[in-house]
Amino acid sequence: MPQSSQGMPKVPIFRDPKLRAIAYQVMLCAGLGVLAYAAVRNAAENLAHAKIASGFGFLNVVAGFDISQTLIEYSSQSSTFGRAFWVGLTNTLLVAGLGIIFATLLGTAIGIARLSKNFLVHRLASGYVELVRNVPLLLQLLFWYNAVLKALPDFANGFVLPGGLLLNNRGLYMPRPLGVDGWYVALVLVAAALLGYAFNTLAERSAGAWRSTAVRFPVTLLIVIGAPVAAFLAMGAPLEFEYPQAGRFNVSGGVEVLPELVALLFGLVIYTAAFIAEVVRAGLMSVSHGQTEAAQALGLRRVQTLRLIVIPQAMRVIIPPLTSQYLNLTKNSSLAVAIGYPDLVQIFTGTVLNITGQAIEVVVITMAVYLSFSLITSLVMNAYNARVAVVER
Amino acid sequence: MKRFAHALFAAAAAVMAAGLAHAATLDTVKQRGALNCGANGQLPGFGLPDAQGNWTGLDVDLCRAVAAAIFNDANKVKFVPLTAKDRFTALQTGDVDVLVRNTTWSLLRDTQLGLNATGVNYYDGQGFIIRKSAKVNSALELNDATICVQQGTTTELNLADYFRSNRMRLRSVTFASLDEAVRAYETDRCNAFTTDASGLYATRLKFARPDDHVVLPEIISKEPLGPFVRHGDDQWFDLVKWVHFAMLNAEELNVNKANVDEQMKSDNPEIRRLLGVEDNFGERLGLTKDWVFRIVKLVGNYGDVFDRNVGQGSPLKIARGLNALWTKGGIQYAPPIR
Repeated sequence: MPQSSQGMPKVPIFRDPKLRAIAYQVMLCAGLGVLAYAAVRNAAENLAHAKIASGFGFLNVVAGFDISQTLIEYSSQSSTFGRAFWVGLTNTLLVAGLGIIFATLLGTAIGIARLSKNFLVHRLASGYVELVRNVPLLLQLLFWYNAVLKALPDFANGFVLPGGLLLNNRGLYMPRPLGVDGWYVALVLVAAALLGYAFNTLAERSAGAWRSTAVRFPVTLLIVIGAPVAAFLAMGAPLEFEYPQAGRFNVSGGVEVLPELVALLFGLVIYTAAFIAEVVRAGLMSVSHGQTEAAQALGLRRVQTLRLIVIPQAMRVIIPPLTSQYLNLTKNSSLAVAIGYPDLVQIFTGTVLNITGQAIEVVVITMAVYLSFSLITSLVMNAYNARVAVVER
Repeated sequence: MKRFAHALFAAAAAVMAAGLAHAATLDTVKQRGALNCGANGQLPGFGLPDAQGNWTGLDVDLCRAVAAAIFNDANKVKFVPLTAKDRFTALQTGDVDVLVRNTTWSLLRDTQLGLNATGVNYYDGQGFIIRKSAKVNSALELNDATICVQQGTTTELNLADYFRSNRMRLRSVTFASLDEAVRAYETDRCNAFTTDASGLYATRLKFARPDDHVVLPEIISKEPLGPFVRHGDDQWFDLVKWVHFAMLNAEELNVNKANVDEQMKSDNPEIRRLLGVEDNFGERLGLTKDWVFRIVKLVGNYGDVFDRNVGQGSPLKIARGLNALWTKGGIQYAPPIR
């Protein structure tokens, strides 16, 4: 036998499993490539045939329509469709960001409440989760929008709240501090929070008097609250407010919070919190009871046990499903369209698509945006997950 | 998510629909056995299904007329309710054969959107409705008012233009559907609601107390409403266009639903050509000789349809105004059938 000297039987090339695997993959890729090419060509041909405009030139055309809530400068007179896109994007980010924060807080509270030994608390929390989880979000949004709108008095009979706040069915109006840029305020607040966190961490690790909670906690609080106040005083206390004023039809001036935003936020937060509560409960229950008993045996208090022993371990179970809840919340914010909140989908795949008629471009851009949102959220949460994951030695 | 999914579907369909749009629409419709008509679904007088699911309205009757001309049966129509926002993609992708949904004819829609307006079945203009209690007498007093408006309409653009050119501050709240916009106005989310004047009268009927609301006198735009078809099918474009013209010509020649059988015996050569007693114009459109007879017999002439849906025979009681025939002081004018 001639092959026997080689040690391996000679196989024809097309039967070689390795080559065959590669060949299949090449074929699959080529097939997908052809399909994609055909789709793009087909679309271009169909568009040209129907004389439908294509390309991204429309982004530089003046939009001409009004938007009810604009976080960045926008005027129907001079802003382009491209600018309208950014307005929609920032509106989506606003509602998604606020939604994630509030849903996490509420969800965590409910999740812990579900494990409470108090019958009423734990029953209420269970009832909340069961009720909210099983009603479609769209219905909840419509409920909140109509509930928020109808429960509030009309403009003429609106509430005047202490501190110059006005509340009616057109929205909530707050005094706007004059001469202070909102971005600086946010910057100072974030800086103070970081400073407080840094101090707390350092003090916790240090030896000596700083370490005791009795000292650490008040000092941290002082930094977080005191630093912005100090900055404010250092700037010469520019405390002047523009108060909202009732006009003929509407309240003018001040900071305006639209009922659409409130309704959307209520709906998203309450809905997502129910899911987050279940995630938190699962996480807490995943930590074996022995850990709690051991902590108590060491003399830790209930709160300390929860904070130092249970939650850090529960985080490993909580983070991955929590990430997908964040992604869901962001994507669900596109339901805004039902209640007139000008988010990305409403402005861009709504009005802009309708005026320009360029469905493919608009939808592709919108999908790319949601995809990027989701990937960035995943990235951040994965990084955090890697930090809290079990370190194997 | 549903609307987004719809847009997504539209985009996907535009990508995948190989040559679908190229087939002759008339053949497709005949083969299917029914006309797919994009209609409003929320607007009394123009397109609204009743509790039994029977559609009525001025726009609806144009679709019925097209079906009558093709099938000799005014009921072979499948009405597809569309929002202002979804309507063009539905037509572009072939979901509907014709769009008759109080849609304004504008240059952009006639070109960039890949559509053709076939004519004007209702001359309209945009106005405002407001509560009487607001004591507003003119749209020019609306500075700083909140206005509810339907999204994706020329209305939305005119509104911004009007406030801008009169140096007034606008606060608009836009909604995807007419019902949502109207509901928001009713719950006092907005001071005023704006749409085409015909739509204002129609929606006022839906209010719990119609007399508490007043339509302001200003008409701020030209809104020629008409049927739309896709680019690239001239035969279908002609057919839809001439169905409307036939209804106008029938009214002009006093051929109506009640007397059409009698008029078949008329000596008037124009009527004889119209009803196909002489010559054969229907065939040139891909239809039969008696196409106008079918339309008038089964649906009616333009005057019949106007009266029944929006005119004196309807709760709306809108005057003919611009929509009267040219012979009666209006601007509805059809080219001759010859």
